[in-house]
Amino acid sequence: MKSKQDFLSGYRHMVAIRRLEEKSAELYQQGKIGGFLHLYIGQEAVAVGMAAAITKHDHVITAYRDHGVAYSVGMPAKIILAEMLGKATGCSGGKGGSMHLVDPKLNFWGGHAIVGSHLPLAAGIATSLQYQKLDGVVVCMFGDGATNIGYFHEALNLSKVWKLPVVWLCENNSYGMGTAVDRASAVHSMCQKAEGYGMANACVDGMDLEAVYGGVSNAAAHARSGAGPFFLEVQTYRFRGHSMGDPERYRTAEEIKHWQDGDPITALRKAILAKQMGTEAELDALDREVDVEIAAAEQYAEESPEPADAALWQHVFSESPNGRA
Amino acid sequence: MATLTVREALSQALWEEMEANSKIILLGEEIGVWGGTYAVTRGFHDHFGAERVRDTPISESAIVGAAIGAAMTGLRPVAELMTINFAFSAFDMIVNQAAKLHYMFNGQVNLPLIIRTPSGGGRQLGATHSQTPDAIFAHFPGLRVVAPATPRDSKGMLKQALRQNDPVLFIENATLYQQRGDVPDGDVTVPLDKSVLARAGKDVTLVTYSKMYYATMKAAEQLAAEGIQAEVIDLRCLRPLDMEPVVESVKKTNRAVVVEEGWMSYGVGAEVSARLQSECFDFLDAPVKRVAQAEVPLPYNQRLEQMALPDQEKIVRAAKEVLYV
Ligand SMILES: Cc1ncc(C[n+]2csc(CCOP(=O)(O)OP(=O)(O)O)c2C)c(N)n1
Ligand SMILES: [Mg+2]
Repeated sequence: MKSKQDFLSGYRHMVAIRRLEEKSAELYQQGKIGGFLHLYIGQEAVAVGMAAAITKHDHVITAYRDHGVAYSVGMPAKIILAEMLGKATGCSGGKGGSMHLVDPKLNFWGGHAIVGSHLPLAAGIATSLQYQKLDGVVVCMFGDGATNIGYFHEALNLSKVWKLPVVWLCENNSYGMGTAVDRASAVHSMCQKAEGYGMANACVDGMDLEAVYGGVSNAAAHARSGAGPFFLEVQTYRFRGHSMGDPERYRTAEEIKHWQDGDPITALRKAILAKQMGTEAELDALDREVDVEIAAAEQYAEESPEPADAALWQHVFSESPNGRA
Repeated sequence: MATLTVREALSQALWEEMEANSKIILLGEEIGVWGGTYAVTRGFHDHFGAERVRDTPISESAIVGAAIGAAMTGLRPVAELMTINFAFSAFDMIVNQAAKLHYMFNGQVNLPLIIRTPSGGGRQLGATHSQTPDAIFAHFPGLRVVAPATPRDSKGMLKQALRQNDPVLFIENATLYQQRGDVPDGDVTVPLDKSVLARAGKDVTLVTYSKMYYATMKAAEQLAAEGIQAEVIDLRCLRPLDMEPVVESVKKTNRAVVVEEGWMSYGVGAEVSARLQSECFDFLDAPVKRVAQAEVPLPYNQRLEQMALPDQEKIVRAAKEVLYV
């Protein structure tokens, strides 16, 4: 992140995710979005910094807290909202929902809702890249809570043994649902788990766009060089509950306030002004641009058609059962 | 007699048995400080303490595995899995350990443990979080599988499970926790191997369990309004399966429909109808019909999801089909 363009684009993306999430919450409360809804508010700098640091050859896979990640890698807000509303125009025609955004054309391999289950998949994507001698690394995002399930350990170990081009990007937001890291994990630094596998690692401030960008750039360069996987912990915080309807009995208002004082968007805005990478007027103009974008996205999603009944039966198996795909 | 919700009934059963037996411990994700994702254990952490009400990391294998080890050596653990979909992450522990050890060690080891978990779909939770894989677990000899529908059975069967010595998969349903019903005062227990006649009739036998019990009872009412007297059997237990009331009923009605929420192939209906044809073939006046979930992973879109799920209307239609009306 050097140019004015880098900073302003980062800002625009982060604000867009914030507004998109606020809109999702609103649509959920209106009963238009169903199921579980996990907001990314507070963690925007992670996805945006990550996406800015990788190339179009790289691959991304994440957990169910995926709206911000999908948007960062290039999925339009209108497609995201359409999927959440279960519409035919959503990224999976309304069959996936909020937790399972996906777009293979963007090398975005999905949101996954069984905690930790996508980590072995990331190892597999990296194996495929390595075997086919393709450019690109895999960025696999997951939470602190996911480091306590077996999938995590099997995947990390395998990636090190096979020297796979993976960036393990752990979003440590201090909680897995209501369980604080120190109540669930034997070690409180996620990097220490990577140490156990002799894996290169680093920890950066996830509320700081530049820090995330720098961290992912280094990690991806390491993985790209053939040196094997890299483990990057980012320290971040979700400002909202785990999902909609979280009674939030496990943390204090002061703690939330403390983190909100370090709001990544406010911080970036300040940094941009201080570095003279943009003016108040330019930032305000971006805010307005985003408002227009999200309003249009909502309208598109609302006006989109429902999937046809026949969609229920489509894609149980591939459509060419007897031939090669 | 008191009117309780299923949640209250389960909660009371656990509470009363824990008061009476200090060997009972609870372990699972978010069961303590949070109070249980479905609030069954709300207040338990404060009352019984963190030694007996153990919040765990997101580690399904370790949750069930630790319950097995503790059960082998004198405790009565109740492991809670947030949903049955996460039981697949602990599948080896459930089917290769819990279901095997008593037999394989020639009865020298007892496993008085319970795995409580909600099953079922219909809440727009998407393909991985909406399954009703009850029948899969009922495939394994050595594992008791029960799935009560009513508050009375929920309380009585949970208490009974806490007083016997086999591993029990205790299947609940996320949409039934608010369901109300009468529960006798005092110490209520219900056997873990007895189906029950839920409504008397003479024209057709409807066999069901868990959530579908309610849709089936409503279907029976609707049929009654049209002059068809349906008899309803609530299986309550999937393993061992008590066919006696079912066979007795079919010998009278000569027609049967089996209703389950899960997929049809290899399901509860497959088992019950196979047994019916071998145990009372000569009494059947029509092929046994099954009402079950469409053979697709459940989609997020609400309309498509509802299309895929069995309901009152589909049950009524099937009953009429076996009656040729
Ligand atoms: C195997 C499995 N167990 C439990 C759950 C329920 N669950 C969903 S998210 C979550 C917490 C995950 O925490 P973390 O990995 O830190 O991610 P965060 O939500 O903080 O982004 C839990 C327990 C699940 N989806 N899958
Ligand atoms: Mg977390």
